[in-house]
Amino acid sequence: MPQVQSRHGPSVLEKTDIAHLPRFARRHYGRYVAAVAVLAALAMIVSSFANAQIEWEVVRQYLTTEAILHGVLNTIVMAVLAMLVGVLLGVLFAVMRMSKNPVTRGVAFLYAWIFRGTPQLLQLFLWFNLALIFPYFVLPGLIEARTVDLMTPFVAALLGLGICQGAYTSEVVRGGLLSVDQGQTEAAQAIGMTRTQTLRRIVLPQAMRVILPPIGNEFISMVKLTSLASAIQYQEVLHSAQNIYYANNRVMELLFVATFWYLIVVTILSIGQSLVERRFSRGHRPASSTKPSMIRRLVSRGGQA
Amino acid sequence: MIRAIDVHKRFGDNHVLKGITLEVAKADVMCIIGPSGSGKSTFLRCINQLEATDDGAIWVGDELLGHEVRDGRLHQLTDRRIARQRRPVGMVFQRFNLFPHMTALENIVEGPIKVLKESPQEARGRGLELLGRVGLADKAGAYPATLSGGQQQRVAIARALAMNPQLMLFDEPTSALDPELVGEVLGVMRDLALSGMTMIVVTHELGFAREVANQIVFMDDGRVVETGTPADVLTHPKNERTQAFLSAVLA
Repeated sequence: MPQVQSRHGPSVLEKTDIAHLPRFARRHYGRYVAAVAVLAALAMIVSSFANAQIEWEVVRQYLTTEAILHGVLNTIVMAVLAMLVGVLLGVLFAVMRMSKNPVTRGVAFLYAWIFRGTPQLLQLFLWFNLALIFPYFVLPGLIEARTVDLMTPFVAALLGLGICQGAYTSEVVRGGLLSVDQGQTEAAQAIGMTRTQTLRRIVLPQAMRVILPPIGNEFISMVKLTSLASAIQYQEVLHSAQNIYYANNRVMELLFVATFWYLIVVTILSIGQSLVERRFSRGHRPASSTKPSMIRRLVSRGGQA
Repeated sequence: MIRAIDVHKRFGDNHVLKGITLEVAKADVMCIIGPSGSGKSTFLRCINQLEATDDGAIWVGDELLGHEVRDGRLHQLTDRRIARQRRPVGMVFQRFNLFPHMTALENIVEGPIKVLKESPQEARGRGLELLGRVGLADKAGAYPATLSGGQQQRVAIARALAMNPQLMLFDEPTSALDPELVGEVLGVMRDLALSGMTMIVVTHELGFAREVANQIVFMDDGRVVETGTPADVLTHPKNERTQAFLSAVLA
């Protein structure tokens, strides 16, 4: 390599030589240290669990007992139904909140204020004990029944979780509706669409792209929120686990069983979420440049493709 | 075809339209020119009821816009009837406003299928025909994000035409376009004018106005300052504000 004498040092490389010298990436020593620390911590946790008074055989055994599986099913059913109620109410109240009519705006505001302002567990208790205020539930000609008979744990949990969810979802939906350019509404009106058509065909589908990621999050947190319903005797997975450990005293083992199932359900939901988001981002990325995500590739390998 | 009498519009304290009176006959092409803020776009938006007028009246055909006369008073129409009144009026926007979640063809057939309740096959057939007419027969399946500005605006014109309008409104249709894309949009508009469509065009393209319009309106400060044929207004303007505007634009 040619070297040149210079006043500033014994030798200096020519600039053209410097341009093509071999390159070395910076070393991230901190990362190695962090990785070692994390591994050590994990090892400690794993070993304490392994050596604790936990019989893994019991965990394995209860993982698929009928009571637990039934609880898992009830958890999923409740999460899906409560979320459905939540999204329907959320869209309804978001639209009401943005209405020109001051009465509907006021009602929507009141709804969000009450149901976002009180603890969810408290709301569940209120629904469950509604019979104390309204002893009879009467729709003339249709239903006439004692509220105690109607307000089963299932119904109380569905109302409590769904209506409260609707209050949060309405804010998410409102944000989504506001994110759609005003020009879209004008263009829809210009081709003679009514307000409802404009909302359903033009504004909502575009708002979905903004609404879906937070709704996905809320769905996932709904799966976990259903555990609150165990407090009003709804037979979801945590309630089933509790019932079993009250009898056999294997507290940790059964809590692990419940943990396992929550993680499974949430993982499946996360995968579903990313597929749904893809569907609603149509037109926002040229189709040719979208790289299929890892999840998509895994799914299509196992599924349709 | 269109008749506007003493139309006023205020946004709060801002008096944007100060009594616009105009008439457009069937198959006329009227170009509205004027400095920005003169109220030309607002007037156009009043014709399609995207803005409600505060005073004065506009008729499209025999239809009084936004109100009906009962017992000597003007009663506001329902949103549904206003939506119906917009059907015979097509509008093209400065920023295209195509629906981004729909392909070019879906944008075009949306109105015919959902508003006019045409059968999907029929609407698609005519949609493809319209795409051909604006020179985009090969772009039926393309999403707006993959189209150039000029192509998007041509799809927007086809979308408006799909409603079989009797009148087309253009709100600065080429102002958001790169210079080399202006020609293709003006070309489509020129063909449309030649086919006998009634058009009102708010534009800064004086060359287009001179060639295609049979009526030029110069607006300034919410008022019509001067109207006449292109030769009158563009070549021999009488009003000094028109003269000042034209010399500033042509400079």
